[in-house]
Amino acid sequence: MGSAHSLPAEMRALAEKTGFTSDQIEHLHRRFKQLSRDQLTIRKENFDSIPDLEFNPIRSKIVHAFFDKRNLRQESDGLADEIDFEDFLTIMSYFRPIETSMDEEQLERFRRDKLKFLFHMYDSDRDGKITLHEYRNVVEELLSGNPHLEKEAARSIADGAMMEAASICVGQMGPDQVYEGITFEDFLKMWQGIDIETKMHVRFLNMEPIGHCY
Amino acid sequence: MGPAPCLGLLLGLLALPATLGQRSSGSPINSSQPQSFAIVSFKWNHVKDPYIITLWILVASLAKIVFHLSHKVTRVVPESALLIVLGLFLGGIVWAADHIASFTLTPNVFFFYLLPPIVLDAGYFMPNRLFFGNLGSILLYAVIGTVWNAATTGLSLYGVYLTGIMGHLDIGLLDFLLFGSLIAAVDPVAVLAVFEEVHVNEVLFIIVFGESLLNDAVTVVLYNVFESFVAIGPENVTGIECAKGIVSFFVVSLGGTLVGIFFAFLLSLVSRFTKHVRIIEPGFVFIISYLSYLTAEMLSLSAILAITFCGICCQKYVKANISEQSSTTVRYTMKMLASGAETIIFMFLGISAVNPEIWTWNTAFILLTLVFISVYRVIGVVLQTWILNHYRMVQLEIIDQVVMSYGGLRGAVAFALVALLDMNKVKERNLFVSTTIIVVFFTVIFQGLTIKPLVQWLKVKKTEHREPKLNEKLHGRAFDHILSAIEDISGQIGHNYLRDKWSNFDRKFLSKILMRRSAQKSRDQILNVFHELNLKDAITYVAEGERRGSLAFIRSPSTDNMVNVDFSTPRPSTVESSVSYLLREKAGPVCLDMQALEQRRKSIRDTEDTVTHHTLQQYLYKPRQEHKHLYSRHEIMHNEDEKQDKEIFHRTMRKRLESFKSTKLGINHSKKLNKIHKRDRGQKRRNSSVIPNGKIPSENPVQDFALKEKDLEFSEPEDSNDYETLHLGKGVDFLADVTKQNFTDTPSGIDNPVFSADDGQSVYMKFSPWLSSEDTVVPSQRARVQIPYSPNNFRRLTPFRLSNKSIDSFLQADGPEDRPRSFLPESTHM
Repeated sequence: MGSAHSLPAEMRALAEKTGFTSDQIEHLHRRFKQLSRDQLTIRKENFDSIPDLEFNPIRSKIVHAFFDKRNLRQESDGLADEIDFEDFLTIMSYFRPIETSMDEEQLERFRRDKLKFLFHMYDSDRDGKITLHEYRNVVEELLSGNPHLEKEAARSIADGAMMEAASICVGQMGPDQVYEGITFEDFLKMWQGIDIETKMHVRFLNMEPIGHCY
Repeated sequence: MGPAPCLGLLLGLLALPATLGQRSSGSPINSSQPQSFAIVSFKWNHVKDPYIITLWILVASLAKIVFHLSHKVTRVVPESALLIVLGLFLGGIVWAADHIASFTLTPNVFFFYLLPPIVLDAGYFMPNRLFFGNLGSILLYAVIGTVWNAATTGLSLYGVYLTGIMGHLDIGLLDFLLFGSLIAAVDPVAVLAVFEEVHVNEVLFIIVFGESLLNDAVTVVLYNVFESFVAIGPENVTGIECAKGIVSFFVVSLGGTLVGIFFAFLLSLVSRFTKHVRIIEPGFVFIISYLSYLTAEMLSLSAILAITFCGICCQKYVKANISEQSSTTVRYTMKMLASGAETIIFMFLGISAVNPEIWTWNTAFILLTLVFISVYRVIGVVLQTWILNHYRMVQLEIIDQVVMSYGGLRGAVAFALVALLDMNKVKERNLFVSTTIIVVFFTVIFQGLTIKPLVQWLKVKKTEHREPKLNEKLHGRAFDHILSAIEDISGQIGHNYLRDKWSNFDRKFLSKILMRRSAQKSRDQILNVFHELNLKDAITYVAEGERRGSLAFIRSPSTDNMVNVDFSTPRPSTVESSVSYLLREKAGPVCLDMQALEQRRKSIRDTEDTVTHHTLQQYLYKPRQEHKHLYSRHEIMHNEDEKQDKEIFHRTMRKRLESFKSTKLGINHSKKLNKIHKRDRGQKRRNSSVIPNGKIPSENPVQDFALKEKDLEFSEPEDSNDYETLHLGKGVDFLADVTKQNFTDTPSGIDNPVFSADDGQSVYMKFSPWLSSEDTVVPSQRARVQIPYSPNNFRRLTPFRLSNKSIDSFLQADGPEDRPRSFLPESTHM
């Protein structure tokens, strides 16, 4: 692939698949080449070269998501070693903003996709459930930016959140009932009423030639 | 008693000072030459000014009460409109009594005393993220929109004037522009007053409200520029003067902002060191913010911008630094001042209108002004939104634009500015004043009245009041990081990138300088939400407890049956069999308690203290209603309540977590646990059949004690356990220590729940008495483990085991009667 992307036909195919405009694809392709050092694929190490990413507390989770095959819309499961430009675009397309032309059904799917991406990020062992353990990990990482916080605090927060999730998803639990973890359905339930589609997007992908006002 | 007689009374009271003032000023000779020493003298003049001011404030406040007597009225008519009408009414009465408009809203009072609290309140409680997220839009509307309004209104009026419809006026183009500039600005006071009752969605609100705050700089500059132009005469206005005007805009706005930021920095820094002067802590917030306002005013910069940004910038650090009580004080005082000021402003707007001297009627001018400001507002909003929507992620739709246009309320700022005009320079000042009053009344009363139905009719997205959810916050935080990472990866500088960089900077430098160390720890927003949720839960629990007439149930799931357990008096060991039974059966889940054991071990030195403390704590519930009758100016006595609240909080939290744990940990132990539950329950049943209600049918002092305990309603096994441990002494802990080694490798659940996350109490809390209530369980466990080693204690242990019959409150937490209760809070706050 690589340089072949400049071919209009392929570009169009990509644009169709990911919903990006050709300008955006071109821009991202430039970035892709920069990251991969002109290789055809990106490996995990390539992400180390991004200086700003270093301070991101959930950096590893995010980078991980790029290589998570579940996110690449292949049926298969597991981790990819390297991703090509198309995969890169696919991941990026999760962060596209909504378009005004979308109808109800598309919106719903769009939303589901975004949530799926998030869900996969939390569900690190791919069993379709965010277990307490996984949740704790995420929260610990999230709060790791604050050096004054102890791990215990993070854990108890995760516990509290899990409990909240349980109460949302299951309601009142029976005495012997065990809430094993958040399934994707539960996850959807938790996000009800929060319009993620207006939150989970990145402005640049809507990029127009004029600069950024905000 | 209806509102009517009440009002009449008030009016009488109001007319009094007016007439009194007249009379006393009419006869000064009498009072100046006292014949003899008067025991009581009537010194009206002495107290006149503060007296009248206080009376007015009282009247305004009482009026508010009266308005709210009827919900029907306030739901339809905005308070601001009611206050204006009341003002008109009162003004009429004062006028009738006095024939001089003695009370008007003077610009001085308005700008120095009434406006700052309102704006400070707005800034201090500004939702920062929302504000900065929409800053671009807000600035566009505030700057371009205001200039546009001023220019078009002024020019159009001038154009119409040239046609001669208005008749002859002693007025030039500059006067029109001056008028346009003062009438152009959307007023923060009016917007707040009306929009707070409408509840439109937050984006819409922040845009309109932000605009009204930030356009002050533009208004001030335009006003000053045109006023000086009018003063020097149109023939002297050159290009240079205009350029100066534009430069001054930047100086005024940026200068004002910088002054605000500087004072915010100062304020945050000061609040870092107020630990020992808690009582005046809230004062700093007001004083320093007010200083920023005055300083900006002194430097002829935008004072409103200064105090707004002072509030916006300091809020994070100040809120983190000052104590919770101070924070509440600040909140209430600020709201009180702001809403008081607002009340007075609107009432005096009404009163000021009753003054025939200022009225100059010019139908064409007034009507056209109304038409122009409305029309140009609409055009301006539509044009700017059209531009903005090219850049905005969340588009502003037609409906939003309608509300924004319609929400362009003019208010007291315009009135104060017009009242400042000099009659000698601006010949038609009175016409301007009357027009401004009409415009203000029209926008506040008419638009204020109709905006609510309009919003409903258009089905504008309203704010949804949702409880903060922990998950939401967590995901929100994750979002921020993900988005900024995506921006990093794709090599773009965007919103998230900037925010990320800023928060990094803030964390690394600003917070270190401006926040107390303890505050740095707890400032995390997620923690705050967590804390809030827990508090809410605790409150629900307590409320539930009050409903049931006891707090006891909070302590332990099965307190009802355990009330009588008390100090470890040896009891007939009829139940030994059951003990051994338990011993046999329940070796499995011991690991569950190991972290508690460890907790215990940590606090080994404090055991004694802890127990004493704990007992004391128990009794703290009793004098709940009593307050210390000590007076101190520098200290507020609140220890009791506070501790109590905290205890309740922690207990509740523990319960929550325990019940949670037993559920969640089910992943590991579920089967085992479940099995044990069943046994446990069977066990319980058996126990209770042996000893109904857990009460030992024993004789002597014990029962006495038990009864007393029951009366106090604190009695619960914790006490006994603690005592037990105390009696058993270190041996137990020690042994527990040993046994711990065997069990700790099993992953234990949630240990030491919230407390480390809790601000400012970490050290104490860690070994705090109620923490040891977690050990409710421990002694039994420990005892169980320990029995083989120390048979001497065997006998002593049995009774309480028996009466404790739950054995393991962790497991108990899963008991059928407990489950719904422990999940109650969640279901209520969902």
